[in-house]
Amino acid sequence: MKELVIISGKGGTGKTSITAAFASMASNCVLCDSDVDAADLHLLMNPHPYSTNDFIGGSIAVIRQDDCSGCATCLELCRFDAISDTFEIDPVSCEGCGVCVDFCPEKAIDFPKQKCGQWFLSESRMGPMVHARLGIAEENSGKLVSVIRQQARMVAEQQDRDLIITDGPPGVGCPVIASITGATALLIVVEPSLSSLHDMRRVAELGDHFKIPQMLCINKYDINQEISAAIKLEAEQRNIDVVGFIPFDPVFTHSMVAGQNIVEYGKSPRLVEVLSSIWEKIIKSKQMHTDRSSVIPIISTKQ
Amino acid sequence: MIISVASGKGGTGKTTISTNLALSIDRRAKLLDCDVEEPNAHLFIKPEINENEIVYTMIPEIDETRCDGCRKCAEICRFNALTVVGKKVIVFPELCHSCGGCIVVCPENAVGEGSRELGVIETGTKDKLTFIQGTMRIGEAMSPPLIRKVRSKIEENDLAIIDAPPGTSCPVITAMKDTDFVLLVTEPTPFGLHDLKLAAEAVKVLDIPCGIVINRSDIGDRTVQGYAAQKNIPILLEIPFDRRIAETYSRGRLLIEDFPTWRHAFEMLYRDILEIIESNQVTQ
Repeated sequence: MKELVIISGKGGTGKTSITAAFASMASNCVLCDSDVDAADLHLLMNPHPYSTNDFIGGSIAVIRQDDCSGCATCLELCRFDAISDTFEIDPVSCEGCGVCVDFCPEKAIDFPKQKCGQWFLSESRMGPMVHARLGIAEENSGKLVSVIRQQARMVAEQQDRDLIITDGPPGVGCPVIASITGATALLIVVEPSLSSLHDMRRVAELGDHFKIPQMLCINKYDINQEISAAIKLEAEQRNIDVVGFIPFDPVFTHSMVAGQNIVEYGKSPRLVEVLSSIWEKIIKSKQMHTDRSSVIPIISTKQ
Repeated sequence: MIISVASGKGGTGKTTISTNLALSIDRRAKLLDCDVEEPNAHLFIKPEINENEIVYTMIPEIDETRCDGCRKCAEICRFNALTVVGKKVIVFPELCHSCGGCIVVCPENAVGEGSRELGVIETGTKDKLTFIQGTMRIGEAMSPPLIRKVRSKIEENDLAIIDAPPGTSCPVITAMKDTDFVLLVTEPTPFGLHDLKLAAEAVKVLDIPCGIVINRSDIGDRTVQGYAAQKNIPILLEIPFDRRIAETYSRGRLLIEDFPTWRHAFEMLYRDILEIIESNQVTQ
């Protein structure tokens, strides 16, 4: 089983629109949206969940005021400024470390587990899809990513599908690390701006750090051809294969408004052709055919 | 006074808004790039960096001459950052949340304070602006500790603008928490609207007044405007799509540099934000 993860470093370069287009081109794949913080792929795929599950993240400390003697041990020990002078715990600041719970001499602090979100097994018109919704202002996004990637693998195994396409989150932190560890290959979606080039360098370094083969495509490449050329050069120096150049086209936005991917929307055969050729290159790439059986499976980055 | 600029969805224009706003205000201000995973504001501000500080977070360091392998540290750690093999404690630095529980619990005083590098904080200037940015070390998973350290550079009575990371979870909450105003930057598309709703809910949890900037305001549909009206969130600025603006952005140039008429719009934006903050303080 193979897994292609689509990332970008910088947000808004077109990861989700491109993932959705690939969903039409891939045969026998499972879709996975690991941008659990701000998941958008479902807006294009309109998936129907057949299994909805609570995601239980960490715990949050709660002081039982009736049992509190006001000794301030918790206040002294908390390194996250989560406890007020009146011994109330701010759930947003609480890190869930449980130190106050363990050292309260009155045992006056509860530590209930928190439901931090939900994850779904769904059917979409492009096949099975695994996705999630992290609760507002919740932590543990990396852990939720690990859960849904594991679920995507199980769905793929059960349904005898040999490819998972994962729409990744922006950045280089916890949810990105949880999205890429153990993947077959990465597709980095870049736009021709200095910001995107800067962010691509960091995300490529992260890919190198975890030794994952990388490819790259440039979206809206004609907005600034000079920077597109610089990105291509940089990619080549880093041994990252450039698999395609996608022109700027408002049709991407129009298809999004229509709730369709670019292939279904059908108003731009030119774009579909470009994306098909990119998809062909990815599927045939050496990156997707490297033996990664020795690679450790998805690790849970507990946060 | 602290204004944070956030978005939910990435790539909507947070950095464009925060940098142009910071340089349109004709007074001493601080711009803090708290998008520490992918900081970009420096590309537009081009500050002269005069301070460079590597920052660390605390992790346990085991004094093996004192440790008797009692396992209490491993048992107390909620993040599995310590394990004991035989009589030897093994620390997994990347999993540690720096809570210090292991230090407190150790009966032999064998756990001391070591450190893990979070990244770099750079400080510089551009005209009247003080620029501060955090850059997270590649491979580091947790951005909130570094964001907190960048925010600690704000002093009392500063006028500070925070360029927040995308999303709705802990990094952006850390960047927005205890600020006086949140400017939510969005685009008028289904993705933009969906993520704006999530971001607005996060702002509501934190109980901070907010306003909306719609970038590329004519590319999609009108649903963002409808949502703003329904939730009574003011739309403070709309920037239409213009290929020339996109090109200006791509080159790392400011809107107010290439299109000076926009400076007035950012001055007005600042004035509107001030007014909302003041009226909010009155009602509180």
